[in-house]
Amino acid sequence: MLYAETFRIRGGDFEHGGEVATRIKSVCKDLGVRPDLIRRLSIANFEAEMNVIMHADEADLSFQVLPEAVRVVVSDRGKGIEDIALAMTPGWSTATPEMRARGFGAGLGLPNIRNSADEFRLESTPGVGTTLTYAVRLA
Amino acid sequence: MLLAEIVTLLGCTELVTVDRAGGREIGGCFAADLMSEVLAFSGHAPLLVTGLTSLQSLHTADVVDAQAVLFVNDKRPDASVMALARARGLPLLSTSLTMYEACGRLHRGGLPASTKHPGAAP
Repeated sequence: MLYAETFRIRGGDFEHGGEVATRIKSVCKDLGVRPDLIRRLSIANFEAEMNVIMHADEADLSFQVLPEAVRVVVSDRGKGIEDIALAMTPGWSTATPEMRARGFGAGLGLPNIRNSADEFRLESTPGVGTTLTYAVRLA
Repeated sequence: MLLAEIVTLLGCTELVTVDRAGGREIGGCFAADLMSEVLAFSGHAPLLVTGLTSLQSLHTADVVDAQAVLFVNDKRPDASVMALARARGLPLLSTSLTMYEACGRLHRGGLPASTKHPGAAP
């Protein structure tokens, strides 16, 4: 493994939303990850981070840079997702007006993550939380 | 189109200036208030035109390597956003024009869309 770090993200913390994605981008740049792959990873990270801030109580975002891929696991505690297929539908959202005023909650977050990643898995237990796993292959 | 030409074309106020940024060649433009749309559909290193002045607009600009951010409708971000832009060397502009008018003038001036959308016109 080339690098690993875990970040705590707090629900409702709009003020810091995006900082984890920025930090990971900086690490990947220093490690020499290809710019187009950093872009895809950053899109997924930013959307995942904002999803926690908008919809969960808190989460740990763990990322690992391996020789073959960058892997990210976002494990949150919160209300979970009742209907994953519905949540994956572009344009569908439970975001509040405040979230939309921040430029998010357009119903594109999860589809953006899926489209940006080479591997994508979403598991959720309503009332407990959601675990999102994705990876961008480096080779 | 040079960033300095954009400033003139739209009568921009320069909120955050960066050394020699006026000479930056801007290859394309992407405009949206929804940051997920920027993340999903913008091309690389655009001029980002938006009405969103929150910190998230700067984080979004960072993801797509935006060369500058232009706020429409005379919007001004708060001091924390300006400080972050300064730290990152990201020029911030503001214009009193609406998004439609700003984009119309940029397009007429020869600045193409910056997009990775497969259905986009060339």
